Amino acid sequence: MTPELLLPPAHPVTLLDPAGRAVPGDGRDGPGLPDDDVLLTLYRMMVLGRRFDTQATALTKQGRLAVYPSAHGQEACQIGAVLALRAQDWLFPTYRDSMAVTARGVDPVQVLTLLRGDWHSGYDPYQHRVAPQCTPLATNTLHAVGLARAAAIKGEDTVALAMLGDGATSEGDTHAALNFAAVWKAPVVFLIQNNGYAISVPLAKQTAAPTLAHKGIGYGIPGTVVDGNDAAAVYAVVRRAVTSAAAGTGPVLIEALTYRVEAHTNADDASRYRTAGEVDGWLARDPVTRLRAHLRDRGLLDEAAIATVDAEAQAQAAALRQRMNTDTRPDPDDLFRYVYAQPTPELRRQQRELAAELGRAQGRGEG
Amino acid sequence: MTAIAEHQGLTAGSVVTMAGALNQALADALTQDDSVLVFGEDVGTLGGVFRITDGLAASFGQTRVFDTPLSESGIVGTAIGMAMNGLRPVVEMQFDAFAYPAFEQITSHLAKFRNRTRGRVELPIVIRIPYGGGIGGVEHHCDSSEAYYTHTPGLRVVTPGTPADAYVLLREAISSPDPVIFLEPKRRYWSKESVSEQHEFAALDRAVVRRPGTDVTLVAYGGALATALAAAEAAEEDGRSVEVIDLRSLSPFDDETVTASVKRTGRAIVVHEASRFCGYGAEVAARLSEQCFHYLEAPVLRVAGFDIPYPPPHLEEYHLPSVDRILDAIDALQWQETAALVKVAS
Repeated sequence: MTPELLLPPAHPVTLLDPAGRAVPGDGRDGPGLPDDDVLLTLYRMMVLGRRFDTQATALTKQGRLAVYPSAHGQEACQIGAVLALRAQDWLFPTYRDSMAVTARGVDPVQVLTLLRGDWHSGYDPYQHRVAPQCTPLATNTLHAVGLARAAAIKGEDTVALAMLGDGATSEGDTHAALNFAAVWKAPVVFLIQNNGYAISVPLAKQTAAPTLAHKGIGYGIPGTVVDGNDAAAVYAVVRRAVTSAAAGTGPVLIEALTYRVEAHTNADDASRYRTAGEVDGWLARDPVTRLRAHLRDRGLLDEAAIATVDAEAQAQAAALRQRMNTDTRPDPDDLFRYVYAQPTPELRRQQRELAAELGRAQGRGEG
Repeated sequence: MTAIAEHQGLTAGSVVTMAGALNQALADALTQDDSVLVFGEDVGTLGGVFRITDGLAASFGQTRVFDTPLSESGIVGTAIGMAMNGLRPVVEMQFDAFAYPAFEQITSHLAKFRNRTRGRVELPIVIRIPYGGGIGGVEHHCDSSEAYYTHTPGLRVVTPGTPADAYVLLREAISSPDPVIFLEPKRRYWSKESVSEQHEFAALDRAVVRRPGTDVTLVAYGGALATALAAAEAAEEDGRSVEVIDLRSLSPFDDETVTASVKRTGRAIVVHEASRFCGYGAEVAARLSEQCFHYLEAPVLRVAGFDIPYPPPHLEEYHLPSVDRILDAIDALQWQETAALVKVAS
């Protein structure tokens, strides 16, 4: 591919402006506005996603979750990307992508198992083709590349979507993953949700690159930048990347410009490193409001339909709250069950040791 | 237990090097199982810097045996993704100390994926690592890094001490549903062995008594095994009957075989190249004192490398455990005290 074709566009791909008006094409070969039914699904899923996110943050205050990293403001990235995937594709999410994981069909209670503290991951990765949410930054990108490469070797039509944040682009594994994917022409789509901050560190302290999408050039990967608060644009750009990766032309790097409206997690204080004015500026670019305005203007969504979606979101959140409002008792024997295919003699001994200890405690009435 | 002759590999009576045995094990695994892949740095066209993968790319094609970009984390990280999608990668880290960039992928993911997913995701990956010194290698080419891996639950850590074992253990490692760190003692790559009829496929996690004895047990593995055997022979001339155990599996640890031996002999010395402090021998000594305390006639000793960064080639002979150092340790096992006690008791 000639270097010129690897260059990101001069301006982020935008299909809807912040007021929800369709942006006229610039005459280049950009992706078009998704079909009406896709736009409606994007809207509904974003509303559900945001309500899930708000509910999860509330659960931390009620002591039901140890911690929750909110993705408020990043709904367009997470829902747009996941809806662009096909059933046979794989998602490799990070800890901030819970909304994306639920959008892929994973039970929200299973998604929250990690943060609830019951187990490290609560769902079967093979059921919805979603890898466990990854905490060590950028390490999941290599798993995506390996899985995609294996799919190509086996002749499967599968694309892996690797999610990462702006901070993760500084990690060595991002470099390795982009390089391996490019050399192998692996069917991988890298989606960077550039939300402006790695906990407290702003992008300017993270990179001197013109955009994060420019990083693709060094690997021979075409990069593109998309307005990450425009669900229609994210969907269209990711969809196009999935199609091209599946066709065997190699990986694609997408940078979605968005903003983390909440602090890093409920345990963080964002006022220590950014101004309220900055947050307000981004709230004016809210992805849910934008798509709602667009659909309303075009007569695709009336007040009744908006209320229906809101009611669904409320009901879903209430159900989640109720299901999370129980004390769970994970089985101590599980500690030893999944270390090796078969527990080693030493693990069996330690399991007996713990059982005896618990038995004694129970005998003393502490159990 | 399957007789080794049933596998294509080693013919009974033939003489093999450890390098040859490893090469044969890879070839046989590639032949028997289409999901096996071999990749790493220089393992394709070149056949690896130690030629362990010699000829495999030509025989099995560049899709199954291939060179990767130069990134150890990339190699292990992508192997994890491949295993998630049903393949069985056997990857090479070119040298012990060059595996460290892959440490995060190994400890945070390879070792934990089964646990994290409650057994739903299995990663049958083998990471081959030439390790240890004794070859005049310059800095970063001689580390004994076993304790980093044995301290990580979820990994199996295996190291062969002989050529025939190298074949058997590598085949077992590739068939294992658990991830295996396969440490190859590079100074034994060119050691030779005549393959015996009796050599059998044993469980991956069992130690073996290499040389029977009655007075003292030497617990050794990998590169130090031959040194321990030589010391046992020399001690025999001094009238000491020395048993030598080859651990083969460093994790899990075969308590049964080792404690049975030490309970018989009453004395034990752990021998390894790695530095002593928090080295693998510390775990062995602790387990022996926990499980054999009342059988011990003397403290469990360690003959290990000094607590120094691995020395340059012209100084490594001072660092590596030697026959003399092992003999000195045997002499230090309180033989007089015990004899005196026996005399008093009688």
